[in-house]
Amino acid sequence: MKHTLTPQRYLILLAVVLTASCGDVLLSHGMSQIGPVSLHNLGLLLTALKNPWVLAGIALLLGFFASYLTALSWADLTFVLPSTAVSYVIVALLSRFWLHEHISIYRWLGILLIVCGVGFVANGPSLTEHPDPALAAQPPSDAREAGISR
Amino acid sequence: MTHAGPIETWTTIAAVAGTAIAGDVLTAGAMRRIGDLDDIRAHSGIAGAIRAVTGSPMFLLGVLSMALSFFTLLFTLSNVDVSLAAPASASLTYIGNAAAARFFLKENVDRRRWIAAVFVCIGVALLTR
Repeated sequence: MKHTLTPQRYLILLAVVLTASCGDVLLSHGMSQIGPVSLHNLGLLLTALKNPWVLAGIALLLGFFASYLTALSWADLTFVLPSTAVSYVIVALLSRFWLHEHISIYRWLGILLIVCGVGFVANGPSLTEHPDPALAAQPPSDAREAGISR
Repeated sequence: MTHAGPIETWTTIAAVAGTAIAGDVLTAGAMRRIGDLDDIRAHSGIAGAIRAVTGSPMFLLGVLSMALSFFTLLFTLSNVDVSLAAPASASLTYIGNAAAARFFLKENVDRRRWIAAVFVCIGVALLTR
């Protein structure tokens, strides 16, 4: 049986991607307001916890972990991981258009490759079907019926 | 900034990738054993789902591996340039996960999934340039 995802499950994957990328960007924006942290002023990390951007970033990353675990409960690791790599693309786009960072031609090429990779897995089944050992030990019902009729 | 030799550089990068792969595979294996979280949430609510996840020793071991990977990455970044350490460890993690999922989780890693892992691996490496 080919496992395809329901719209609700695609929404969970979308949540994984969006919470991971937006969480990273919010943390980055918050930490840029805090300033560089070195080993000599680690106390600054506690100050960072009062920054609303950092707090929002942490909340989103907690949401990422919850939705990531949910996705792993009904899809293969080798399906979920490449699918969630779209978050790299969203981070790059957000950093280009919101944080106004420069994106080189290599990065655009990387984005293209990730999108192609995600396209490859998204077209396939989401979960590997493992036959039930108890059922696998029995012959198929058709064969049994054929044996009886003989 | 790199002041580690090639052997130390690649050993620490491999350690970051290895612990990350262990974390991903253990977490995925735990979630497979626990079952569909949507069903568990429908029966026992969010509290029941959280109890089911955090009560799994395999999941806790996976989280421990992820934490170990994070601290190994911090150690690596103190000796190796981030422009090498971050993409190299992330790319190795993608390829290693495909192999580990096939070997340990018995996932059907067909040609399509291998190609996806390789594309994402190269793409992540290119993103840092």
